[in-house]
Amino acid sequence: MDNTMRKRWISLYVENQVGVLSKISGLFSAKCYNLESLTVGTTEDPTISRMTIETISDEETYEQIKKQLNRMVDVIKVIDFTEISVVMQELMFIKVKNCSKEDKAELFRIAQTYQAKVRDYGHDSLLLEFVHTAHKNTAIIQYLKSEFKTIEVVRGGTVGIEAITMPKR
Amino acid sequence: MKKISGNKLLVKALREEGVDIMFGYPGACTIDISDEIYKQDYTKVVLPRHEQALVHAADAYARSTGKVGVCLVTSGPGATNLVTGLATANYDSVPLVCFTGQVARHLIGNDAFQEVDIVGITRSITKYGVTVKDREDLGRIIKEAFYIARTGRPGPVLVDLPKDVMAELGSAEYPDTVNIRGYKPSTTAHIGQLKRAIKMLNKAERPLFLAGGGVNIARANDSFKKLVEITGVPVVTTIMGRGAIPTDHPLFIGNLGMHGAYASNMAVGECDLLFSIGTRFNDRITGKLHAFAPNAQIVHIDIDTASISRNIKVDVPIVADAKEAIDKLLEYVEPCNTAKWMDEIGVWKHMYPLKMKPKKGVMQAQDILETLNEVFKDDEKIVVTDVGQHQMFTSQYLEVNEKTRMFMSGGLGTMGYGFPGAVGAQIGNPDSTVIAISGDGGMQMNIQEFATAVLEELPLILCVFNNTYLGMVRQWQKLFYGKRYSMTDLRSGAATRRGEEKPPTYTPDFVKLAESYGAKGIRVTKPEEMAPAFEQAKKNRALKVPTLIEFMLDPEDQVYPMVQPGGTLEEMILD
Repeated sequence: MDNTMRKRWISLYVENQVGVLSKISGLFSAKCYNLESLTVGTTEDPTISRMTIETISDEETYEQIKKQLNRMVDVIKVIDFTEISVVMQELMFIKVKNCSKEDKAELFRIAQTYQAKVRDYGHDSLLLEFVHTAHKNTAIIQYLKSEFKTIEVVRGGTVGIEAITMPKR
Repeated sequence: MKKISGNKLLVKALREEGVDIMFGYPGACTIDISDEIYKQDYTKVVLPRHEQALVHAADAYARSTGKVGVCLVTSGPGATNLVTGLATANYDSVPLVCFTGQVARHLIGNDAFQEVDIVGITRSITKYGVTVKDREDLGRIIKEAFYIARTGRPGPVLVDLPKDVMAELGSAEYPDTVNIRGYKPSTTAHIGQLKRAIKMLNKAERPLFLAGGGVNIARANDSFKKLVEITGVPVVTTIMGRGAIPTDHPLFIGNLGMHGAYASNMAVGECDLLFSIGTRFNDRITGKLHAFAPNAQIVHIDIDTASISRNIKVDVPIVADAKEAIDKLLEYVEPCNTAKWMDEIGVWKHMYPLKMKPKKGVMQAQDILETLNEVFKDDEKIVVTDVGQHQMFTSQYLEVNEKTRMFMSGGLGTMGYGFPGAVGAQIGNPDSTVIAISGDGGMQMNIQEFATAVLEELPLILCVFNNTYLGMVRQWQKLFYGKRYSMTDLRSGAATRRGEEKPPTYTPDFVKLAESYGAKGIRVTKPEEMAPAFEQAKKNRALKVPTLIEFMLDPEDQVYPMVQPGGTLEEMILD
């Protein structure tokens, strides 16, 4: 059994009802399971929401997490994303403040390299939008933090869906 | 169809679900429901004197009848008083449906009078909880609540009822069927896995059955006894599984765990196949985890997937209802050759039989329980215990067989369960002899239930093992804390704090207290008074009043064997 701690992903179909999000997140806190990120939104069927959950755990704990989720009345389906081909992306905004002219020029080059969109623009600041894997977004934060004085970050959490053909993470 | 109020629909639903007994306590948010109950005569209401006792009574009613226990309490404090009882039922897999009143929808979230978020508070200690937000969902939600409570691994379900939803007129229909897309419990065992388990059973030289509460809940006792007798494989039980086969059966070794029998714990340590059914391998039965059953392959049958391979990694997991799985096993199993293994176990049993060291002329717990076994041996009976030393003594010395059932708060260890539990069990089983066994500590946690018991004319026999201490904690203090009896002396108070003598008498006087409620009270201080007291209590049952018997015991008595907390099963303190 794989007892190393590593990132694992679950996609959940749940009833789209008040309190379900808190039941799921409450399970993670009550049982001391790690919860790296959790995103939720309704699906093509408005009575069903879908969640993407990212957790760092060993295999044994991960099995427990899936079982515990499965036995919840509001959970319709649990899909393990760890070993299957999925497309997973995270939306992230980074606002860089106190920029000089040179900084801004540099940020445009960075945006081009990282396929980011410049969402907004001010006389000393810039707002960038990134859509990448969470892993890559983390790397981008590290880089911008080292290069610029003040940055403000907001991340959307990973959303994922089963791939049709090519695996991509 | 004519429209009716939510209150009327609830009463109709109770009738359709066959709820002839409900445990209820009124309040502002449920007064309209009380009014509808008044207008009908199908569902009778029992009024315990505290909501915690109420939910324990419903719990024992459910355990002893197999039906869903039903509670109705008001919002706010009425609802929060359920919390301990819900957790108790949740840990021991007891089917309950608890209706709580709630303030009107427009007041929710406003810190209204007697408003609490009870669904939020109880989320982690219920199987399911929901607030009814829309009158048209009411019928479906009640139907689902009963279904969820009693199917799969049973458990408590909480349905929160805002007052205005219940007043609103709406559909009078109560659905016949349930379809919950996220809840489809399976009960049938995977046949391939069962065959693997049987193959291992046939190969094993020292096989052992471990039966947990799941066997009793599934009412699989007869099937399990057949399984044991055909295979000839010996049995250990958890305290919740005690009675899975009669305790005087030659293949029954004893309970395992912290206060298990020496032979049972040794057998678990030495077995090469542990065939377990309906247990979650609680820390109180495993001791140190990695040293548990070190020589054994483990088969585990359980209705709850999440209980399998959580504490103990198992070799053959089987998700199924205990009875269905055992009945299927019966089609395939063959006798195993266990003669040599039984001899080994016999040696352990002979070396250290389960027994308290006799003290001449002094009454001990074992004597009381053996007298009880004898006096009531022909009675159909239910024994409900509280939590503590007396509970462990009962789990060791009470004979549990076809005529006797035993209920206790095993998982949560809830003091105060015993007395109200006996009330619920007697209400559900009017023809059985119901005996509560409590300590002097736990008895006082729900002592007010004398009123319920007397007014409901319940001929309970209430045994109080009075040693003037909170005995189980004291036992740990005596063994591991240098006899510093902090917070466990029930006669301490201002006088002892001043350094003076303890009060000479115990508070309360249980006999007088019983009498003040119109019940009978007997105090027993000597061994020769035990049997006459039980005989008298037995006679009193005809008077339809409870009889309390207070047994005065030596606080120095300890429950042995004992596995040290965190220790391995085979290292027991024997005396």
